Order: sequence, then C-alpha cells, then structure tokens
Amino acid sequence: MTTHGTRAAAEVRFHGRGGQGVVTAAELLSVAAFDQGRASQAIPSFGSERTGAPVVAYCRVADRPIRSHDPVTSPGVVVVQDPTMLHVPGILTGLRADGLLLVNSTRRPDELGLPDCVARIVTVPASDVSRARLGRPLPNTVLLGALAGLTGIVSLAALQKAIRERFRGDAGELNAALAAEGHRLAQERSTEGASHAQAG
Amino acid sequence: MLRQVEGSRAVAETVARCRPDVVAAYPISPQTHIVEALSDLVAEGRAGRCEFLMVESEFGAMSACIGASAAGGRAYTATASQGLLFMAEALPNASGLRLPVVMTVANRALGAPINIWNDHSDAMSQRDAGWIQLFASSNQEAVDLHVQAFVVAESLHVPVMVNMDGFVLTHAMEGIDVPDQDEVDALLPPFRPLHVLDPDHPVTIGAMVGPEAFTEVKYLEARRQLRSLDAIQEVADRFHRVTGRRSGGLTSSYRLEDADVVLIGLGSLLGTAADVVDELRDEGLAVGLLGVTCFRPWPLDEIRDSLADASRVVVLNRALSVGFGTVLGADVRLTLAGSQVVVHDVVAGLGGRPVTRDLVRRLLVEAVRGELSDHQLTFADLDVDLAERELLGELVGPMDVEPEGVGR
Repeated sequence: MTTHGTRAAAEVRFHGRGGQGVVTAAELLSVAAFDQGRASQAIPSFGSERTGAPVVAYCRVADRPIRSHDPVTSPGVVVVQDPTMLHVPGILTGLRADGLLLVNSTRRPDELGLPDCVARIVTVPASDVSRARLGRPLPNTVLLGALAGLTGIVSLAALQKAIRERFRGDAGELNAALAAEGHRLAQERSTEGASHAQAG
Repeated sequence: MLRQVEGSRAVAETVARCRPDVVAAYPISPQTHIVEALSDLVAEGRAGRCEFLMVESEFGAMSACIGASAAGGRAYTATASQGLLFMAEALPNASGLRLPVVMTVANRALGAPINIWNDHSDAMSQRDAGWIQLFASSNQEAVDLHVQAFVVAESLHVPVMVNMDGFVLTHAMEGIDVPDQDEVDALLPPFRPLHVLDPDHPVTIGAMVGPEAFTEVKYLEARRQLRSLDAIQEVADRFHRVTGRRSGGLTSSYRLEDADVVLIGLGSLLGTAADVVDELRDEGLAVGLLGVTCFRPWPLDEIRDSLADASRVVVLNRALSVGFGTVLGADVRLTLAGSQVVVHDVVAGLGGRPVTRDLVRRLLVEAVRGELSDHQLTFADLDVDLAERELLGELVGPMDVEPEGVGR
C-alpha cells in the first residue's frame, strides 16, 4: 500500500426502497466516474433484499485509489429516491454543512418541512417524469441526471454511457433520455433555489 | 485491465480463468452472486469444460468437490456462515485426503440470532480443519488470491479457503483488474493430482488408519502446513513477477517503521485502518498497521518479527471466541509470549456493524494514551446502555436461590 490522502473527492448516499434502483444508482454513478478516469466505489447497505424495504447505497469518487470500504458517514450529497422516507431518522445524518439534499418530490424545497440546517435542497419530480416516459415510476436515472447537473461529479455524457452499458436497447435509450431530463430540470430548479435563497 | 466491476463478478471471472473442472455450489447470502455469475459463465461456454453442479446442500457441495478432486478434477465451491458449518463434517476429509479444493467464503456472522451480514465467525470456527486460510483486504486482493490459492493448493496438495468480507467486498463495485487468461495460465499449469480414483486402475483413498499410524499422518499434515508458509510467499512473488501486482503472501505491513503502537487485523478493515494510520502519522503519532493475509498456517515468525519493536499492539478482530477473547487475539498473545509488548484485544464489527475510521482512530489514540485494557476484551462499538438494560432484566435462575437440605 502506498501513502496518500485519505478523503474522497465526492461522497454520495442514496436512500430509497427495494425495487427503486437505489443500488443501481450508486453503481451507475461509480461506473460513470470510473469512465472519466477517476477512482470510484459503490457499496450497497443491504437488508434482506425485498421490494419496499428501505435500502441505502453509497458512492465514493476520488482522484486516488480508494482503500476504505466503510460506509459513507459524512456525505456531500444525499439523494432521497422516495419522498415518504424524508422524515425517517438518519436520512440527514452526517450530511455536510455545505452539502446538497436531492429529493424525488413534486413539491418545492420549502414545502418539505425540513430543518433549516440543510444548506441546499433541490427537488425533482423524478417519479412523474419516469412514469410519463417509461410507464413506470422508476426515479433513479432522472435523479442521477439531476445529480450530474447539480454537482458535476460526473458528466451527463459519462452517465448516459454507463446507463446504455447497463441497460441494452430501448431501456438504455429511454433511461439515458430520463437522465438528460433530470439534468435539465435540476438546472432549472437550481436557479429557482438560488432566487428563493436570495429572497429569504 | 482495470474495470469497474462488482467484487463477486470479478471473483467468478477469475475462478473461470483458473479452468475448474467442477464447480459445485449451493446458494447462501452473501456468496450467491459469485456462484450465480459462475453458473452464467459456464452456461455461456466461458469456463472451458467446467461442469456446474447445483447440489442440494453445502454438505453436498463439499462432498461433490471432494469426489471431483479425488477423480482428478480441479474443484471449486463457495459458501458463507451456516453454509460453511453445514460443510464442517467434510472439511477435514478434503484436507486429510490432501485434495486441493479451493473455496471462497464470503464471510458472514453465525446465528442465532440470524444475521446475514459480515464478520469472521464463520471462517474462524473452521480454524482447525486443516485448510489454508487466506484473507483478502480488498477486491483486488480477493481476485488475486484466488489464482494464488489454486497454485498453492495444487503445489502442496492442501485445500485453500479464500476469505472475503461478505457484502463489504462481495457487493462492492470498484476498479478491479481481473487477471487475464495468459497471466493465469502462466501461473497455473493443468492440475496434476497426487492419485486418481479411476475404475480402470483401482486404488483406495482414505482407508482407515488406526492408532499405529494416525499420529504420524497428522504429524505429516502439520509439517506440510508449516512448509506451505514458504510456498505461499513464493507464489505471491511469482504472481508479482507475472502481473506486476503485490498481492497475497503471509502478511502486509503499512508504516511499521518506528511504530510504537501497531494495529493488527485482517480483511477489508485494513483499508480503513491504513487511511487512519496516515491521518495519525500526519498528527505525529507513531502508529502502524500489520495485516494478516495468511491466517492458517499462522506465520508466527513474520508476525513476531513485525511486532517486535512495538510497545503496544491492538488486535482488532471481527470474530469472538465467547468466554475467552477474540480468535486473532489468542494467536497474537501466544506469538508475543515472553516479550514486553502489551496486547490489547478488541472485538468490533460483528454481524455487519461497520468498522468506521472514527472507531479505528479512537482505538489507536486510546492505545497511544495507555487507556485500553491490556487484560480484558474490549467491545469497541458496544451500545453499553442497551446491554446494561438487558442484563438488568435477566430472569432469576437456579443459582440465585439458596438450596435447602432435602430429606436429611
């Protein structure tokens, strides 16, 4: 082992329910980051996997090899794929003071009833977008597109490449389009968020 | 070539490139992804002439591997937790018969209570089964150890268990370089069995041995195990020459130079511990790390020499010998017997509780300050209040009642 810095450049925690593609989201993000020449790691935190059960997954991205395999405890980004889980204890735990909370929700950030301590909240109606295009409320690729647009951890192109590798054919194309839609929506919301912050 | 791939998938591809003749398996979490991927590779014709046997139990899996190996085939299986225990009856047969079976254990806790998550209780419960036990600190090392395991097993005619942390490694997706076919072939020639069960040339394997020779058979087994320490290091060196990668061997040391306090452990917690060692070194604390890659046979000389200059050693183990201490701690204490080195025995990370950098940091800082117990086992991540409340509620038992004379 060689000596090097010990903190990852980006750490993301995904919350959702079994069947919503939480683990897949972390893996896709890690593949996109890897394709962009960075070290990355996706780790699921499983229960006994079953549809509907809470699932947590982590993704680390760094510019040097990642040695640690412990869970991400102080994420820079928390992604909540299921808005009914927003008030479950532990969802916001460890989120850095300058961190981003990205929520799959049709509501505005100030309507979520979250404490003021969260620096930046962005909501995207990912289930609705996915239902309209895919026919199923699978929010993960919309949210990943939004994550790419808001943070630049990965590029939209790298994300879409990872999606097309994972899902062949139509499913890949549809999900790549969903990521682009998420990317666009997030940038819109992000600008709105900034004006809210100014107004507040 | 480095690819972003799940640990289980990378291990399955590596095993396929080792050209097994028989893979016999029964699914159990968190090992399942490995044998599922192998089943796919066999079905796709990407594992040579390998036969995949879906058996009825883990006992069946190990028995099938024993049969396949005795018939001259390269045999592989994977399991975890109670699945390994269900194999336990057959494990000493593989080692006693000198059959070089290779097995992955995706380390998981033992029930009850039922728990599917990672610790090292399963593998360590089979410490004395006569198998070589290697522990991977990362997914890269896990795939590399599988190639080395077949080479070691077939060079020495000893079965090898490759341990990798369940979920933490098996389900982690990261950049892994799966050794390519040329590299594997350069290291692992076709299997040459010691003897072969063949109906055309009948021999007896595993005949009964009575008191007149059983001790000698066991002596030879012990001698071969200790001799394998040299072979394990030699195979790691060969692997380095072929792939350019340092993996495997007996131990791994990290910043041991002038280290006053050394943490010793095995498995994936070593990566986290290396990060913490770097942080503490930056803060001026003389700490270091010793990883045990080869747990059985125990590399006594290497470990004693590596720890000789430390004043304190923190043993951090995800396995508990209930009523004594940690399994690893007992070995370290014996290794250092008669020396001045103080040993702190610490258990943490049971049943999937993560070994975090904060926990490792706290342990090392407490050791530096002399605040860790040097005689009692430390439960480093215990919820003390919860445990105390439970103790208070325990029922009164027969020993709490003063016995009265009966019929006197």
